[in-house]
Parts: sequence; C-alpha cells; structure tokens
Amino acid sequence: MQKFDCLIVGGGHNGLVTACYLQRAGLNVAVLEKNGWVGGAATSRELTPGFLYSNCSYVCSLFRPEIMRDLELPRHGLQVIAYEGGAVFTRDGDYLASYRDHDSHRREFARYSKRDAEAYNRYARDVTRQCRFIQPLLMRTAPDPLGFRPRDISELLYLARKFGEFGPQEMAQTLRFWTMSISDFLDEYFETDVIKAYLALSGIIGTALGPMSPGTAYVLLHHYMGEVDGSVGAWGYARGGMGAVTQALARSFESVGGVIRTDAEVEKILSRGGRTTGVVLAGGEEIKARLVVSNADVKRTFLKLVEEKDLPGKFVHRVKHFKMRGSSGKVNIALDSLPEFPALPKDSNCMRGDMHFTDSVERMERAYDDWKAGRWSADPFLDMMIPTTIDPTMTSPGKHFMSCFVQYCPPKVEGRDWTDADRDAFAETVISQIADYSPGFRDRIVHMEVRTPREIEREVGITEGNIFQGELTFDQLLFNRPVPGYAQYRSPIAGLYMCGSSTHPGGGVMGAPGRNAAMEILRDLKRPTEAMSKAHDVV
Amino acid sequence: MTLSPRHAAQAHILMPRLETPFHSRLAALSEVNDWYTWSGYKAPHSLADAELEYFAIRSTAALFDISPMVKYRIAGPDAERYLNRLTVRDVRKLGVSRVHYTAWCDDHGHVLDDGTLFRFGPDEFRLCCQERHLPWLLDSAYGFAVTIAEETEEIAGLALQGPTSYAVLSAAGFDVARLKPFDVVTLDRVTISRTGFTGDLGYELFVPRDEALPLWDRLWAAGEAHGIRAIGYGALNQARIEAGFIVANADFMTAETALRADRVRLPDEIGLDWLVDTEKPSFNGRAAILAARRNQSLKHILVGLEIEGNIPAEHAIVYHRGKHEAGIVTAGIWSPIAKRNIAIASLERPYGERFTDDLWVEIYALRELKYQKMMKRARIVPRPFVKLARRSATPPGLR
Amino acid sequence: MTSSDALKSVYDAIVVGAGHNGLTAAAVLAKAGRSVLVLEAAEAPGGALRSRIFAPGYRSPGLAHIVNRLDAAVCRDIGLDVAREPRLVPTTVLDGSGRAVVLRGAYGEEIEGVSPEEAAAFAALRKKLVFQAAVLKRFLRRPPPRLGAVGPGDLAAFAAAGFGLIRKGREEARDFLRMLLMNVADVADEYLADDRLKGLLAFDATLGIHLGPRSPTSLLGLYYRLTGEVAGKAGGQCMPAGGMAALGPAFARAAEKAGVTIRCATPVARILADRGRAGGVVTADGTEIAAPIVVSAIHPQKTFLDLVDPAESGTGFIRAIRNLRSRGNVAQLNLALDRLPTFEGLPADAREGRILLVRSMEQVETAFNPAKYGEFSPDPVMEITFPSRADPSLAPVGGCTLSALVQYAPYDLKGGWEAGKPALQKILLEKLEQHAPGIGWSIVAAELLTPADMEAEYGLPGGHWHHGELQADQLLVNRPTFAASGYATPIEGLYLAGAGAHPGGGISGLPGWNAARHILAGEKP
Repeated sequence: MQKFDCLIVGGGHNGLVTACYLQRAGLNVAVLEKNGWVGGAATSRELTPGFLYSNCSYVCSLFRPEIMRDLELPRHGLQVIAYEGGAVFTRDGDYLASYRDHDSHRREFARYSKRDAEAYNRYARDVTRQCRFIQPLLMRTAPDPLGFRPRDISELLYLARKFGEFGPQEMAQTLRFWTMSISDFLDEYFETDVIKAYLALSGIIGTALGPMSPGTAYVLLHHYMGEVDGSVGAWGYARGGMGAVTQALARSFESVGGVIRTDAEVEKILSRGGRTTGVVLAGGEEIKARLVVSNADVKRTFLKLVEEKDLPGKFVHRVKHFKMRGSSGKVNIALDSLPEFPALPKDSNCMRGDMHFTDSVERMERAYDDWKAGRWSADPFLDMMIPTTIDPTMTSPGKHFMSCFVQYCPPKVEGRDWTDADRDAFAETVISQIADYSPGFRDRIVHMEVRTPREIEREVGITEGNIFQGELTFDQLLFNRPVPGYAQYRSPIAGLYMCGSSTHPGGGVMGAPGRNAAMEILRDLKRPTEAMSKAHDVV
Repeated sequence: MTLSPRHAAQAHILMPRLETPFHSRLAALSEVNDWYTWSGYKAPHSLADAELEYFAIRSTAALFDISPMVKYRIAGPDAERYLNRLTVRDVRKLGVSRVHYTAWCDDHGHVLDDGTLFRFGPDEFRLCCQERHLPWLLDSAYGFAVTIAEETEEIAGLALQGPTSYAVLSAAGFDVARLKPFDVVTLDRVTISRTGFTGDLGYELFVPRDEALPLWDRLWAAGEAHGIRAIGYGALNQARIEAGFIVANADFMTAETALRADRVRLPDEIGLDWLVDTEKPSFNGRAAILAARRNQSLKHILVGLEIEGNIPAEHAIVYHRGKHEAGIVTAGIWSPIAKRNIAIASLERPYGERFTDDLWVEIYALRELKYQKMMKRARIVPRPFVKLARRSATPPGLR
Repeated sequence: MTSSDALKSVYDAIVVGAGHNGLTAAAVLAKAGRSVLVLEAAEAPGGALRSRIFAPGYRSPGLAHIVNRLDAAVCRDIGLDVAREPRLVPTTVLDGSGRAVVLRGAYGEEIEGVSPEEAAAFAALRKKLVFQAAVLKRFLRRPPPRLGAVGPGDLAAFAAAGFGLIRKGREEARDFLRMLLMNVADVADEYLADDRLKGLLAFDATLGIHLGPRSPTSLLGLYYRLTGEVAGKAGGQCMPAGGMAALGPAFARAAEKAGVTIRCATPVARILADRGRAGGVVTADGTEIAAPIVVSAIHPQKTFLDLVDPAESGTGFIRAIRNLRSRGNVAQLNLALDRLPTFEGLPADAREGRILLVRSMEQVETAFNPAKYGEFSPDPVMEITFPSRADPSLAPVGGCTLSALVQYAPYDLKGGWEAGKPALQKILLEKLEQHAPGIGWSIVAAELLTPADMEAEYGLPGGHWHHGELQADQLLVNRPTFAASGYATPIEGLYLAGAGAHPGGGISGLPGWNAARHILAGEKP
C-alpha cells in the first residue's frame, strides 16, 4: 500500500492544480475522484458516439497563464483559441455582432447608435482600469482584516497602496463600480437596449443575481479579468473541449509521479484531536495522510465529509448559510449539420463565437424574476456556441457540437425536487428559443444532454449545482470567502485545506484557488515556493 | 421587403477597413501599397517614396487625404456659447469664415483632444479632430440649444500643402488670393480654408463625399504643371514635426484613452497654455488649470529639442546631467529643410522649467542587429523648428 | 452678469429651500453670527414636512409621518423646541390573519405576537444590527472622509469605528464585515423564522429605496434606520408633541430665533455664478440678491441642472449629476375619515404608532419586481399612521386622517400616472378594506400622491424623498457625486445641505447641520 503525504478530495481543475504544485514541491500526492474520470466541471465527454461534449464549463478565458506555464500544460496538450466574434439576435430580425476588430466593432454599434459607438472606448477604458486593479489580487491570498498577523497587515497595506494609485477621483469611482448593478453602470455609458443587453451578460453569467442587482458590475470584472495570451477580457475555446484543461493537468500531475484514483469517492475526512488523519472511501477503504485538501465545495466538505462535532459551532453555522444556489443549466446538443441563422450573413464569424437571443436588459431581469420565484425562466437567456466551428477535434467534419448555457434555472422547482418531466420541459424552452431563430434546427439534433442544477450536483457533486461553488456576492468574496476567518484555504481542522472555487477568488476555470491553496500549504510546511510563478505584472 | 437603414448597414463588415472617397485615386497612384489604418480607414504611409513626398510639401504641392479626420457639425443659437464652454479658447473672438486651433479638457483640466474649429456662420461650426468625442459633445450640450452631428463619413477632405499650392488652386479656378491664414471660404460647393499641418503655405478642402473624385481630378489636372504629388503620412509627419505641431496619442495621451492615472496632461503640460483664455466665461477644466498654475503643481512640460548629431531620437529617454531621468522624446527627426536633428519631448518638471541646461538623450540606433548606444547633448529650442515666411504671406506667392 | 461689487451683499449666506435641512443649516450659520436669508418656493416652510390641506377640513402631515432619526445634537444645537423626552410608539405588523406582531420600545425591545423562540431570535438579531449600526453611526455626524487626503478627523473616526468594532470581539467584527453589504433577506432568513418579522425587516430596509429585500446591499437601508435615535434609543420612533405638522414650524421658529430671515413664496429662479464662483441668487420675480455663500438645501439635480447655468459646471460634473439615480418608488395615500378605523388585530394602544401591512419578505420582493419595469405593485406593502391622533387639528372633531406610505409605485410609470393613479388607489382601498373592514364607508376623501405628484408638490425631482437613491454607490464620498460630496461643490461658495448630501434623507437635520459646520470650519476667522 502506497503512502501519501497529501490526499486531494475531488479531481476538478482546482484540485488537480493543487495536486500538481504539491507533487512538484516533493510531496506524495493522490487525487481521489468519485467519477470514473477526472475533470470535475471541466470535462470533454463522448456522450453520444462521435461527439465530444464540453458538457459543463465551456469557455477558457480565466485560466491563469502563470499556472499553465508552471505546470507545463501546453506540453501536456492544452491549446486555447480565441473567439472570433459573437452576436445577439434581435427580435426584429437583425443582430448586434461583436467583432474583434476595433473599428468594425464601433461601426456595428453605430448601426444602433452613433453615440454608443463612440462611448465604447471610455467604457472599455474604465472597465480595463478596474481589471488592472483586480487582476493581481487573483493570485494572492486574501488578507484577513482581523487577522493582525504580519502577512495580513503587509497584504492589506499592499491593497491600500494599489488602491491609492488610482487617485481620489478613480477611488470614488471604484467604490461605485464595486457596488453598482451592471444595468445602472451601463446606463451611464449607453442608450441602446441591445447593446446594454450584450454587455450586461458578463455581469450575470453564473450568478444568482439579475442585471439590476447591485454588485453585478463587479461580476462583470470576474468575467473580464481573463485573458487569452495577454489580450485581456478575451474569451476562448480549449482545443478538444474543456476536458483538455483537466486532461493536461492530469498528465502534468502524473508526469511528476502523482497518483490519480478514479471511482474513489471520499465518504469521510477523518480527524483526531483537531488534526486530519486521512479519508475513508465509499466501500470502507481508509487512506491515511497528514494533509487532506478538499476540492469539493465548502458545504459538501464540512457538512457531509467532516463530522460536525469536530468543527466549531460558529463555523458550521456560517457554512450552512453560505449561499450557493444553482442558477444556471446547460443544454448540450449534437448536430448532424451546422445550423443556419438566416439573420446572420453567410459565413459570418459571429458563428465562431458566443451567440445570444436576449436583446434587452428587461428580458434578462424578468428571466431572473422567474428564478427568484423558484421557476426556470420562461424566456431564458442563452450563451450559445458551436466550438466545432473552430475545433476540428470534437466531432467529425460537417457535424457539430453546440453548447448552450442557460440562465436562470433554480436548484429546486417551486420548492420541490426536479423531475425528469421538468427537465424535459426546461430543455424545450431552450430549444424553442433557438428554433425561433434557426429554421429546421430541431431536425439537425442527433442527441441532447440536459443539465439542470440537479444533474450538476449529481455528477459533479457541487451542492445545489452552483457553478461557482458559491455565489459571488460581497459577503462571499475576498476575506469572507467561504467563511470569515477561514478565507486563507485553511480550515478549523489542522491539515485539512480547501482548494475549490468556494475559496478566493472564486469560480470559473481559473485555477487560482488551487494554486493559492498550494501556496498556503507549502508555507505551512515551510517548503520553498519559488517554483510557483508570481502573478504576471500588470504594467 | 425594404430593409431599414440599420439592417442595410450590416454590410459594413464586408469592408473592415473603410476606403476614403479618394481611395480609387490613391490606389491608382500607389506604387508601394504601403497602407496603414487611420481611424478605421485605409490610409497610405507613402505612395511611392516618402522622402520625395516630403520634398513635395516643401518645394511644390502635396496632396494628402484627410478624410479620416473626425468631424462634427455643431449648430444652433447657443453654438457659440456651447463651444466657449467646451473649448479653452474664446470662441467669441473667432469670426465668421475663420478657423482656429483649439483644445478641450475634461473637468480636471486634462486635455481630451486638440483640433481645429471652423466657423461658417454665427451659429454654424465644424470641429475637426483626431479622436471620437460624440458622447462628450452631446453631454456637454445639456442646457444649450445646439445640435451636434457626426459627419466624418459624409465629408471628404484634402490637404493641399506646399509653395505652389496657391498656384494649383488658382489654376483649378479657385480664387483664394485674399484668403489669409485661418480664413475659410466656400467656392463651387468646396470649403477651402488656409490651414494645414505642415507649417507651409497650404489649404484644406472639404466636400460632400459624392463630390470627392471630381475635386481630386480638378486639382490633379491643375496641379500637373505645378509639381503636385500625392503623399502619405510619413512625409506629412516630418513636416508637422518641423512645424512643431503635436499629435494626440502620439505626443500626449488624451484624457479618455489614458489607462494610467498619471498619463493625462493639462494644456500647460503639452505646450498649449497659450490657448487657454482665463478671461472668458467658464469652460471645462478652467478651475483645475488655474489651480495647477496657482499651486505650481504642473508636473510636465513639452519642449522642442535640438539634438547633436543626425540620428533621430524618437522615443529616447531624456536625461539631466546624463543620469537623472527627465522625460521622453515623443517625436524626432532629422529635418531635411533645417538641417538640424529636432525632437519634441515631454519632460517632468522641474526639468525643462528650472533645469534647462545639461540635457542629454540616450539614443539606441539599431544598426545591422546591434544597438549603437549614444548619449547626445540636447538643447531646448523654441518651436516651430522651421518658420517659413510664405506660410502667412497674403496674397500668397505662386512658387 | 452683475458683479458682486455693484450689488452690496446684505446677507452673508443665502439658503435655498426652507426644508428642515435648509433651516438647520441656516440656524447653525446664524448662531455663528452670519446673517442668513432663507428662500422658499412654497407658501410655508417645512419642505417635505409641510402640512397640506388635502380635503376640506383635513390636512396631511407632509411626506414624513413619523419621527425616527431626528438628531439630538442637531435639536440641541439649533434649539428646536420639541419635546425633549418623547414617548416611543410601537410598530404593528398586520399580515391579514388577524394575528398581529407588535414591537414596543425602540425597534422591538419588547415584542408581542410571536413564539418565545422567535422573540429570542429577534432579540439576538436586533442586538447585532444595533451594534453594527452604531459602528456606522459615527460617520453620519461628520462630512464623508476625504479620499486621497484623509485628515486627522477622518483617521480618528476610522480608528474609533475600528475599536468600536472589535470591542465585542473578533467574531462580531467578522460578522459586521460580512454583513455590511448583504441583502436583508439573507440576514433575516439566517436568524428568523416568522414571515411577519421578515416582512417587517424587508419593508423597513427598502422603504424609499429602489431595491427589493433580496437585492444585494439592501441591509444598508435597515442600518440607516437603526442609526436613527429617539430619546437616545437606536431604532426608536415617536410622534412629536403636536404631531408631524408641528415640526416644520418648529424648525422655522428655531431658525428665526437664531436670527435667520425666512422668505416664503419666493422661488429661486437662478443661482448666480461667474467663472466658478457663486455670487447670489435671482428670484422668480427677477430680484437679484447677492451673497458670498449660497447653500442649496434642495435636490442636487434641481440645483445644478436648473438653477445654476450648466455652462458654469464641467461636462463631467453635469454628467454625474444627471446620472444620479433619483426616481422615487413610494406613493402616499392620505385618507380623510369620519371616524377612527378598526384594523383587525391592532391593539388599541398601538394606534399612535405605525402599522405595517406586510405578510412576508416574499411579498415585498414580489412587490418590487414590477417597479423595475415601470409598473406599480399589484400587491403593494404599506406603512400606516393616523396623524390626527397626535394632532387633532388635522381633522374635524370626530374625524381622523390616515397616512399610508405605499411601496412600490415607480416615478416613471409605463402608460403614465394619469391612468395609473385610479387603478393603484383602487388596489390600496381594497387592501385597506381587507384589513379594516368597513373603512370604505368612513372615507370622506382620498388623495394619492404619486412620486410624480411629490415632484410637482414638493419640488423633489423624481419624487425621491432622499434626493437620490440611498444605495451603496451613492453614499459617503459619492453622495450625491464625488465632486460635490462633503458639501462643497465645484462652484466656489455654493454648498449642498439637503438630503442629497451626506448622510442622506429622513428627518435628521444632519446634512444641513454637517454642511453649516463645514462652511464655518472652512472660513478664515
């Protein structure tokens, strides 16, 4: 029986990132994954013969390039390709396209409003300023304002200094930006509804908030702070689907001697005298280790895997009230041919990006009202794309895989559990929205996979199917994520750490939580951390 | 079914680089196919030979397509009062049929852009500039009876510059003999101003886009005897540096594009203090500019430099006493007409203000894959570097 | 433009608007020896406290119908002659079941009508919120901190807040930092089980604010309420002796006693400014009055978009002022009744207080939804008082007035208020009938003031009684906007002193008090 220094509970991308860093630092690490494959919510799976599905996450923009480099992911097969464009279809048969080319983008906006076309520069400038502020924070542990430890104090001073660089005017603007709704924020720049709807999208994807909820301007940042090869805010596809990210991580991990065990569901995390001692797998096998790192969400980790009696009452209370309600669903579709969107010009590069059908902020907000009432949106907003227009590896020529991210979709339907009939009705809402813009769409469908929060929880294991492992509201960001006082990847149990998206800086296929967790673990072990790249400079 | 104009405009994506109304003529003349993108338009770096194009500016007549300049039509009973609040110069002093060079700032006095303001009538103006400002112009109109229309694509423009430019216009049948510098007149539906970006005798001509090609042909036919030559930006850039003119987002960062808080500039920091009229009624940035002057908190200064030797110093670091970093050269050339190595530089005060001596520039000349590093002495000199009597002579000379 | 040399300044300062903040500012300035003129557009002072005849023989108390944050220091300072030891009045929550929840003392120090466990849970939450509000309170009585140039006063305030915060231990401090920007719904769900109590918190957190209880940051509204004190007790509320209608005249008396000249029915048409310096005002009849200091206690948008020539402000500033979100959501229903109505479940001794008609948090949230799209709530929530109980002069003998603040009724109603008003009024009267069967028979007259009416009647742009949304992005250094936060504005000599300035609306007097003190501190002796 092999001995391990460290066990990672769950083989999602963050767990694998932590595993890679720790193994490279000289620890013996095993990743324990309940499914028959690793990847968590970043997977490519052949759910119907001949079609590879990115069936959960679908874009690769946030993944930190520092991590890709440290872990040699390109050598292990990861390639990221930028989107070519995108479009929102309008109900009058037109569309608003987004083009990579600056001047084409402006002229496209000018079709709707000359003012908005010329307002875009200032908007992009202001958002970029905020991104430049936030980006360096992703790869740093959030300081504890009540920690009073030297590291916390020096980190707080660093933040204060960064903030001070803004100057008074920008500081005040930053305070506004962090607390505004994306809708109000956009109103200060733009007058055209479809333009606002197009830009508002990034303020709400994955959240349990509507575009009119305060705090969604910050969420916009969460989606913009990604980059594709230095192009900040760009989104891209992983060649081979999102599984390419985790496959590369797994290969990187195994190449340095890490062990991955699939079909190994952790049932309990053991501890004695306030120290973790290992885990018990479903089936009873016990694996000992002095370090356990949970990639599972904070609720699953501390309400299911750890005995409540081993934890402080206040901590359990706060974990119980950590909000992670699922808000989105996914419809993955195999198509026997490329769908047509007659509104778009032939061969439009919009087809090689993200497409939407929600042309007003009000429609988005009304979709959210449905979710608040415990229903899936009758008129949902879709973030739809056909990665096979760019990626030849996912299916055979001429055939296509379509990914539709759907918002909003509640964790329970009017308070009760989802049924299969609910799921089918939900899918029908989505398909009929697409079919309205794409004649003959239904006939092209070969196979379809529908994922509501129920399916996400069942397969990936995220409580309530929240794709960010925890909502992105102020009370759950930075030093409050996931629990005040435990926002530095440690837990009340010595030797037990968290590395999933429940921790700072949060969800998205970013890898930063996993990397930051590894950093803290190595600090605790007093091991060198030089092999971990610092965050790239923002100059 | 008829398409709405918005639907019809979808086709813009078929031509991501717009062609100006003169493009067919330029394309026919272009020997080197050396194009760059100017505000989304295809524009020539040079058509055949940048050096010869430069000499056309200084010795005969050069024709340069300025259609991509951003243009706004500003009209209405409050237009004068509106522009007086918007810009730093006193628009009340701008007569009808006159043009002036001006700049405009945000509330903090940071320059948003510079440009030329044309006055066609008591209530009728055109603002020409480098960057786009429609939201700012519209928001500035709150409380004013004024209309603002962006007309960049509708209006085609040509700069005709050089000692024989007057002769070309005369031969083309435009009587502009009495046109003094900064006068503007409309003849045969062609708006002609005695303005330019070269510091030489020269004119700028504007027509609706449909009338662009006939104008070109008319000038071209008339100009053949006077050495007319189409030129690209390379040549124009040399001439403008000689004339000491600055270019937005090249010699300074405009307030709406600067990402970094310390990159914005007050007029006094980019040599535009002379434009600022503090006696006129309130205008954007007034309080901040006056406060900076009062508190002596101006941080930068724009200077003309003459540098020893003949290696252009573009983007070189300027040092004081060879070691203290004092600023950066924003544009620099060897001036063929002045036979001097000239540059425009942005210095951090007190350099350029109290410390004006003992300045040096560090030039890295890439020569056959090796940097030749030179420390060259630089002297602050007044701009323009080249001053030509023919620029302002009225009536103008024929050669 | 007339130069101030040509016109001799009789006054050291002119205050535009005789609302309670304007009068407070005027009184503070006058007490410091300045000669002050207050100009008021309406026939009488009081601003939103101004009582109005809404039916023959019946008067309404003005927009504010209860006191819950009148600042003690302000009262003392300006010598406001209202009762020093006011009696706290209760809040009753009625959900239609007949089972009332009654909160007595300051914000439910004692609570009736809920289970003992729920009462204990409420007490725990109340304690926590009052503690947290107390940490924030110290920032209300001083100008917002200056960014970039934090002064010793700011540092002291932050330090005091910090010490106040950790006084109760690190865990309480952690809770504060977590809860500060939370929504009230999650907080209520975390502590409480009773729908009526959750409904109460939801209502109190969102009244007058364009947020639903589930909107992030909505807890701030509740904190704001709990920073208010009556009789030294946080969260207390009272009816002043003589009723709310007596309050406006009391402020006016205090100002006049301090030496202020108040001129009513004198609308200001323009605030004079030349090249960034204010010099006086021009009244609607064309009279020019010069003064080196002009204090605007009216809405910032009216100040800078209507009264000051926009040419005197920078484009960026005008843009920011126009972007100020200030569209009201509250309507006020005034009923003239021929007798006191009977609300089912309302204890007799709770009639002097306020009554909330709210069933649950969900009801408030659902009521908010249509407001986002310019529609009023089909199932609104409301807060009721009987103003004539404290001030019998408001109604004929035997009669009674009822004032209800109704949420949500958006300023920009789709289809316009002309058509919407009768429809909303019908809903409201039906709702009242459900809670107080027979009330319909006792109605002599009814008047519904929509935000649009409030705009017209009280000169409040958008009909917003806070003079701009009281939301996180429009607070402190951003109230009303950065360049005009801290009372001074980009125009030298022109100051803001109304609810649009820090700390915000409500009958506190603090914006006016802070502004005047700031003006005095900035003057050279």
